[in-house]
Amino acid sequence: MKYLVLIFVLFSFEIQASTITVCKSCKIKTIKEAVSLSKDGDSILIKKGIYKEQSIIIINKSIHLIGENNPIIDGEFKETIIKVTANNFSIEGLTLINVGQSYTKDFAAILVSRSKHFVLKNNTLKNVFFGFLIEKSHYGTILNNKVSSHAENEANSGNGIHMWHCSHMKVENNKVSGLRDGIYFEFVKNSTISNNISENNIRYGLHFMFSNNNTYFKNEFKHNGAGVAVMFSKYIIMRENVFHYNWGMASYGLLLKEIYDAQIENNTFEQNTIGINVENCSRIDYTKNKFIRNGWALKFSGGCYKNIFKQNDFLYNAFDLSYNSQLNSNRFENNYWSDYTGYDLNKDGIGDVPYRPVKLFSYIVNRTPEALVLLRSLFVEIINFSEKVAPVFTPDNLIDKKPLMKKVHD
Amino acid sequence: MIEFKNIHKKFGKLVVLDGLNLSIKKGGIFAILGPNGSGKTTLIKSLLGMVIPNKGDILFQDKSVLKKWDYRNQLNYLPQIANFPPNLSVIELIKMVKNLRPKESNEQDLITLFGLEPFLQKKLGTLSGGTKQKVNLVLTFMFDSELIILDEPTTGLDPIALIHLKELIKKEKEKGKTILITTHIMSFVDEMADEIVFLLDGKIYFKGSIDALKKQTNNDNLEHAIANLISKQYA
Amino acid sequence: MLKILKYSFFDLMRSRWSYVYFIFYLALGFVLLFLNNDLNKAVITLMNIIIVLTPLIGTIFGVMYYYNSKEFTELLLAQPIKRNTIFMGQYVGIALSLTLSLVLGLGIPFVLYGLFRSTAIFDFSLLLVVGSFLNFIFVALSYNIALSTDNKIKGFGYAILMWLFLAVIYDGIFLISLLLFNDYPLDKFSLIATMLNPIDLSRILILLKLDISALLGYTGAVFRSFFGTSLGMVVSLLLLSLWVILPVFRMNRKLRKKDF
Repeated sequence: MKYLVLIFVLFSFEIQASTITVCKSCKIKTIKEAVSLSKDGDSILIKKGIYKEQSIIIINKSIHLIGENNPIIDGEFKETIIKVTANNFSIEGLTLINVGQSYTKDFAAILVSRSKHFVLKNNTLKNVFFGFLIEKSHYGTILNNKVSSHAENEANSGNGIHMWHCSHMKVENNKVSGLRDGIYFEFVKNSTISNNISENNIRYGLHFMFSNNNTYFKNEFKHNGAGVAVMFSKYIIMRENVFHYNWGMASYGLLLKEIYDAQIENNTFEQNTIGINVENCSRIDYTKNKFIRNGWALKFSGGCYKNIFKQNDFLYNAFDLSYNSQLNSNRFENNYWSDYTGYDLNKDGIGDVPYRPVKLFSYIVNRTPEALVLLRSLFVEIINFSEKVAPVFTPDNLIDKKPLMKKVHD
Repeated sequence: MIEFKNIHKKFGKLVVLDGLNLSIKKGGIFAILGPNGSGKTTLIKSLLGMVIPNKGDILFQDKSVLKKWDYRNQLNYLPQIANFPPNLSVIELIKMVKNLRPKESNEQDLITLFGLEPFLQKKLGTLSGGTKQKVNLVLTFMFDSELIILDEPTTGLDPIALIHLKELIKKEKEKGKTILITTHIMSFVDEMADEIVFLLDGKIYFKGSIDALKKQTNNDNLEHAIANLISKQYA
Repeated sequence: MLKILKYSFFDLMRSRWSYVYFIFYLALGFVLLFLNNDLNKAVITLMNIIIVLTPLIGTIFGVMYYYNSKEFTELLLAQPIKRNTIFMGQYVGIALSLTLSLVLGLGIPFVLYGLFRSTAIFDFSLLLVVGSFLNFIFVALSYNIALSTDNKIKGFGYAILMWLFLAVIYDGIFLISLLLFNDYPLDKFSLIATMLNPIDLSRILILLKLDISALLGYTGAVFRSFFGTSLGMVVSLLLLSLWVILPVFRMNRKLRKKDF
């Protein structure tokens, strides 16, 4: 009986909800006006056209903004276009352009704060300062959006999808390019980021800090100024992401800094200056990743403990591994190394001779970076070879005792 | 025709030509003789410009040859060891040398004379020593020049070719050419040479006709006369 | 000179070793491309081979040709031709035939593979240009050595030593001085040390085209700011040309005094 009443109440609520249409020739010509007229559960249908508006404020109204045939809201480079503080709302099908820049305020195309249960989908954001700026919100979904801008330097540009103090968020299938950081998380928990493409951002494709228990999968990060930076977080899962073409003096596929208890699985790192730059990270499982033609596949610095590398493919990197401090109790096992020249007499697919991923030359380069100008010279090949035959400088404990004879991935 | 004036040549510490003076008149066959290492080849090579004297001057047709190269069009030279590029064929080599000298040539007669037709398309690397020497002779005699220099021309030749060579030399002499020959075959010298130039210790030790030499050494046999010359020096 | 060049060239083009060399590059090209299926990677592997092998082969061919054709050269010297002409002709003939083996041997498989449709064409062309330069440089150097050494065995020894020095020992000394003077700024030193050795210069030119400079950190920035500009490219090519011109110049000087 109780439930019946509830269903009835919900049903009657639906009936009460109405649709407000906005267009140039309609009775209601501005979105602001429509918002002010709307009540909980209403939909605002915005028809095709250009609306020069900003500071559209939605407070405590559970309404749905729906764009029909891509209406354009032009912020005229002033301030934030849409600000929301509400639960159960959605914004979809809009094209928001021209958000003003500011050195003191974070103007965004859509600012969501202190909200729950919302959906932002199928929107196109162009020429923005910040794209989606979401703070202190929970249970939100950001789906199928495109965010682009023309960021020139870090100081006067913003982030594509920016979250601060959020939880249970879903960021899926978005495309972000030309911002400062493509996707930015700070103090975000229990969220997933999947199937996004983040490219050509001047700083990071993905940047997150103090964000525990998040899952990242099937994203693609390419041509970003510095790559992807992941810092000060625990219990992270990164699967099937692609990090590639981050070439530059200070670029890397992925920067891990003070990350603990993470799983990094089935990712591809291709043609980055550094595949993964690891600083003070412990208890990370690296499994089945591909490192292809990076300058360094892995570069360690600071104390890194109890990391396990299993079944990764290291293919044609200039250096597989380099480190500048002690690498204690880290394990390399069953990886495939394209530089491996050992043999497998008993045909069990595992090389009979251990592989040493640190070459003498990478040891030298660590001490004297200028020595890199001798990369690929015959002399260097010779000293690497002699070191391989009779190791003197490279540490004994850094060894893959069971290198694979065949690649893990085809 | 040729005039060596006070030629000095040292190879390192070894003095090979030591103030040598020699003049050779136009016409006739001159045999240049001397023990091993007496400087015969060096003398010829300095005339050819292959060896550069430390001191002195060499005149050819009254002009200095030092640092010049076009005078060589007026002389033919048969080198001692004929070692040609192994990948060229005989005919290609002949064409090449013709190509290098802007001058009439009669190689066809010479090829027939030495019976080289079957070898014309063969690579030089596959030829025997004697055949190579025949090719060498063709290259030398096919041009019409005032001076012919032959360095050991008889090496490796069969008797028939040797007869042909002698005839060739005589014919050239009749045309009034000057011919310089170095050889160790004394019978060849006896038969061919008009005059003998004997080198010893980098100087001309004797220059004159064969008869004069025989008279001077009181010896009827040329071979012994020469041996006599050498042994006198050593005595 | 053209006549001598022509004959030396055809003589060499017909020699077994030119074929071996040509077929080696041809096979290398095909193997790299059809086993790897990756043009860019093939270019890197080729670079490793070219910067070591072309100098070595150029050196060996140079001395070998000089000593083997000594008697023939004497025959030429008795002809009405200038000395310089003969040796320049031979030199260009050798260098050109080696270059042809290189360019055709690698060019054919790459063109067949679809080089013209690839972005690697510039890297590849640079590779061939650098390889050709190395041919000309090392044939000139080895000819110099052969002209100065009458003893064939010694000449061979010196030539191989010269190659060994430039290909290996130089870099060893370079590396050791980098390690010794670790505390000083070394970017200028590295730049100059690289430019003075034709093998190192070639290697860096190709590496920078393959964008390894990102790995080089600050030194890389210095290198890139130098080599990356068209001025740097011009200077590098000029330096490589100088490595051809100077030995050729010395060869001609040497010839003035040389006895055969």
